[in-house]
Amino acid sequence: MKKILILSTALCGMAYAANAEVVVLSWGGSYGGAQTEAHLKPFTAKTGIPTTMTDSDNPATPIKAQVEAGNVTVDVASVEYADAIRLCDEGLLEPIDINSLPAGADGTPAAEDFLAGAVTDCGVSTDIWANIFAYDSTKFSGDAAPKTVADFFDLEKFPGKRGLKKGAKAVLEFALLGDGVPASEVYATLSTPEGVDRAFAKLDTIKKDVVWWEAGAQPPQLLADGEVAMTTAYNGRIFNAVITEGKPFSIIWDGQIYENEMYVIPKGAPHMEDALEFVKYATSTEGLRAQAQYISYGPARKSALKDELLFNDGKTVMGPHLPTAPENMTNALESNFEFWVDKDAELNERFNAWLASN
Amino acid sequence: MTDLAANALLTTADGRPLKSALAAAQVRAKRRAFLLVLPLLLFVLLTFVVPIGQMLHRSVYHDGFSANAPAVSAWLAAHPAGTAPDEAAYAALAEDFKAMKAAKTAGEAGTRVNYTLPESRSLFTKTARVADDLAPPYREALLAVDAKWGDPLVWEAMRSASSAYTSDFYLSGLDMERTADGGIERVPPKERIYVYLYLKTFALSALITFICLLLAFPVAHLLATLPMAKANLLMILVLLPFWTSLLVRTTSWMVLLQGQGVVNNTLVALGLIKDESRLSMMYNQTGTIIVMVHILLPFMILPLYSVMRVIPPSYARAARSLGATSWTTFRRIYLPQTLPGIGAGALLVFILAVGYYITPALVGGADGQLFSNLIQFHMTKSNWSMAAALSAMLLLGVLLLYWLYDRLVGIDKLKLG
Repeated sequence: MKKILILSTALCGMAYAANAEVVVLSWGGSYGGAQTEAHLKPFTAKTGIPTTMTDSDNPATPIKAQVEAGNVTVDVASVEYADAIRLCDEGLLEPIDINSLPAGADGTPAAEDFLAGAVTDCGVSTDIWANIFAYDSTKFSGDAAPKTVADFFDLEKFPGKRGLKKGAKAVLEFALLGDGVPASEVYATLSTPEGVDRAFAKLDTIKKDVVWWEAGAQPPQLLADGEVAMTTAYNGRIFNAVITEGKPFSIIWDGQIYENEMYVIPKGAPHMEDALEFVKYATSTEGLRAQAQYISYGPARKSALKDELLFNDGKTVMGPHLPTAPENMTNALESNFEFWVDKDAELNERFNAWLASN
Repeated sequence: MTDLAANALLTTADGRPLKSALAAAQVRAKRRAFLLVLPLLLFVLLTFVVPIGQMLHRSVYHDGFSANAPAVSAWLAAHPAGTAPDEAAYAALAEDFKAMKAAKTAGEAGTRVNYTLPESRSLFTKTARVADDLAPPYREALLAVDAKWGDPLVWEAMRSASSAYTSDFYLSGLDMERTADGGIERVPPKERIYVYLYLKTFALSALITFICLLLAFPVAHLLATLPMAKANLLMILVLLPFWTSLLVRTTSWMVLLQGQGVVNNTLVALGLIKDESRLSMMYNQTGTIIVMVHILLPFMILPLYSVMRVIPPSYARAARSLGATSWTTFRRIYLPQTLPGIGAGALLVFILAVGYYITPALVGGADGQLFSNLIQFHMTKSNWSMAAALSAMLLLGVLLLYWLYDRLVGIDKLKLG
């Protein structure tokens, strides 16, 4: 009996020791893969602290439940900008001091090295990513290929199903951009009831041909299956499908909606200090550059953009594939976090009502 | 004999009266029986009664504002609805904001008020950011931060949020909202969703139950009447999908039914449909119905089978020998005997269908969503009170139907196997 007791205690101890690792919650797919390769593995190799990657359709969702239940299992989460602000306002995240972050590789202090807005009270940017739309280039090519965001909504010239994210955010902006609203006026328009009606009216024109997606890995899959002719997607997912899997997809940058992706630490994370070390490492010049070698999201440090970035195949120059490349920014919209922190609930309810009605 | 029984008290061997000894023994037996069921009772209490009670509580309780803004809540409680906020009210608000900034809870309070009055959340986070700079006179100071602090609607929303117990979530669930003067009205038609989806969910579940019944009846009959060896083989065919993971079955249907799927490709290859007019059987209501019927079918077949097995074939034979047509025999002899199985199967399938959400979420697209998908939506948006209120509505609907079933058919007639 005593032996069993000792044995089971020892086993428990071992299980506990194996658990003493930084758990990172991210979006899965090629994005989660990029973070695993660029942040988790090198961090473990450098510090000896074990790390684990877990997936979610939206890593911001479980944080509130975990913190309020006092059972936080996640040490670091990768969340959208508006969620980083919202969760921080609700006291669900640990504050991160910008001055504690490492200086750039060229010695610039972190506060000056990061692009404007890339570090908030509780979050540090890992990259700048974009909502774009992509089409199947075997279906449209040459002059008959779509070129502008308006073409996404043109079912006559470009027949075929459309993939769209199931949710209000980025979809309503996209609809207004497609309806010819200039990027600078999108949020002003969307702040009025008429503007919201206009966005939904635009979506109405393609509603019967839309396949709705929820996880970031779905759009490349829908394109590859031939389920849709074009779809909105996260730009890095399409890039990876094209470069590493040789899929015939093309990205249209016109009407892209970009924002920062943030690493945050939930309040009461079990391995707080290691988690902070991880965030510092991952958002250093080295960490940001490493991630850009696995997926086409732009680093948010000036020092990381100084030298040319190459994809991990050793030949693809990343510059033109990043949302921040000047040629991709001609008609681009920066996602407005204040708008979404405020209106997320209201517009998503309206979106649900619109989706369910015929 | 009767005298003896009346006068001489019957006693046990050790001299105790028989009656009390018997009673004591019965108490012991009862206690033992109770102790035997105690684990189950505790289990049910902990895993069923308590969580559902908590859920129901949460549907009427949200202290995000009242707990974090006690001073202004107290002011609102002391003054009747419609009182214009005075300097004391603004001072209380400023005091609360200073506390909220220190505790980082302004977002929480704002979220609660935002449920009642959309677009007011940022007002709270914005004000909290500069809370330390607020100085008397507070009215001017707060209005300088944002003119919205003078808006009576904001104060009305705070009043509604200042009590932790609220019916706001049920109001939203019924597509209603509060007006500025404290009344209630329906939300604009474009925002109505819950009542429509609630009714649609029950209608779709009824349709799915009916299709399941139509498909399951002949299969169950075949199972019950075939020789044992063949029936067993057929039974495995019914049970094998039943034991397969729900997700596997749902995604298999996606492979089969999607636009470029097996079924469409076959039909196109056979020339039955044109390539550009492929059938859309996935990511819509049709998909939801097909997949849910398939997944819920065993829940109809099994109760039917267990009832049909014990129906003696001699009744039907007797009816035929007395001149009944096969239709009459079926309608008047066989069908009534299967009713307990039909009732059990229909109730099982219907209740499961009403609460289904994974399948509609995966294959439902836009118009194949059910009420439970909205519950899941609010869960992911961390609006748990709303999710709880919607769940309670669903629970109420199912209980009502259960009660109706009990009145019409009788729950004691239910036969699950």
